[in-house]
Amino acid sequence: MLGEAEPQWLTEEVKTGTTIIAIEFNGGVVLGSDSRVSAGQSVVNRVMNKLSPLHDKIYCALSGSAADAQTIAEMVNYQLDVHSMEIGEDPQVRSAATLVKNISYKYKEELSAHLIVAGWDRREGGQVFATLKGLLTRQPFAVGGSGSSYVYGFVDAEYRKGMNKKDCQQFVVNTLSLAMNRDGSSGGVAYLVTIDEHGTEEDVILGNDLPTFFDQ
Amino acid sequence: MAAAASMMPIFGQQISARSDLVPDWTREEVSTGTTIMAVEYDGGVVIGADSRTTTGAYIANRVTDKLTRIHDKIYCCRSGSAADTQAIAEVVSYQLGFHSIELEEPPLVETAANLFRASCYRYREELMAGILVAGWDRRKGGQVYCVPIGGMLVRQPVAVGGSGSTYVYGFMDSNYKAGLNKEQCLELTASALSLAMERDGSSGGVIRLASISEEGVERRVILGNQLPKFSTH
Repeated sequence: MLGEAEPQWLTEEVKTGTTIIAIEFNGGVVLGSDSRVSAGQSVVNRVMNKLSPLHDKIYCALSGSAADAQTIAEMVNYQLDVHSMEIGEDPQVRSAATLVKNISYKYKEELSAHLIVAGWDRREGGQVFATLKGLLTRQPFAVGGSGSSYVYGFVDAEYRKGMNKKDCQQFVVNTLSLAMNRDGSSGGVAYLVTIDEHGTEEDVILGNDLPTFFDQ
Repeated sequence: MAAAASMMPIFGQQISARSDLVPDWTREEVSTGTTIMAVEYDGGVVIGADSRTTTGAYIANRVTDKLTRIHDKIYCCRSGSAADTQAIAEVVSYQLGFHSIELEEPPLVETAANLFRASCYRYREELMAGILVAGWDRRKGGQVYCVPIGGMLVRQPVAVGGSGSTYVYGFMDSNYKAGLNKEQCLELTASALSLAMERDGSSGGVIRLASISEEGVERRVILGNQLPKFSTH
């Protein structure tokens, strides 16, 4: 058809707008993310799972440019596999985080992705690492992505030390729900991954099952 | 100063061509970086603001009063350009005072809000002002109206504004519910402002609070060392 313009989203970069969060509890970690992938104003995937496995008990949460984040996760997954074969046992969470940090730092000008690495290992238990722009820091909890700005106040107020697994899962779900309500680039369903010494549990919470707040 | 500058080693950076005697911040616009908040309760409103005014990275005033009286029981919370918001508030104050004399009764909060909106919308290209109008009148009780940049007008039971507000949307959504009393509103506002001040570099200083009801206006200040604390601070 003459004069019909090409839809904008074909030329826009695909970003995982996003809200991601990871929190440590005594004995493991809980990771959470929303499921929206946007290209400009279009939502190109409304059910993407942004919690990507790096190893059996180490996951990472993706945010920023979808391509960059996925590529980093795949590269580190491969490097960790080789590393764990060399040492003959499960890798440490810190090793996985360091591998992510190395890539993020070396290519910091070209990449625009932020990964939060979290998992459980025998030596240090549950750990959460932030790797924003190539730094590496261990934190009790970490939030990231465009939606995280809206929930800094909430997580600062609600986090307390020594929460158990169920409290952490509820904390993550509440945080994701609040961020998804305010951030246009976050939405869809909430994915949850809980990792402890007994194993890894993946969960989905559909849109209508998410907690609601006073104006809904 | 000029002699010292020429002795400074060059680490691959530009040495400023401007005189070292004139600091950068004299060239920056004065802005009320800011976090402001207003909450309605049955019988009145509670308003609150931080107290930091910045010109670039310099804090020009660390004890600013961003809660400005427009009429006896109508106040506004200012965010954005300090000059713009002060000028608009003065104009609206004058217009409202005149209107109230003609009416021979206290003006409505909705009227004040509309006057703000009229100025903010007409001069939207030139202005940078985000304002919360809050007060009490006999007709509708406590009301909060939001007039963000661009000149929209909407009434909300609870509103936040300013650069620090992004960080507390989640906190506000989860902690506000209808039917709070005055003390709870004051606590909610103080907590939200404290959290925003922790995260936003352009907000800080002390917390100024005011509650407006039929009885009148009650103001208080929460100093830095008395701010609500949270476990991550």
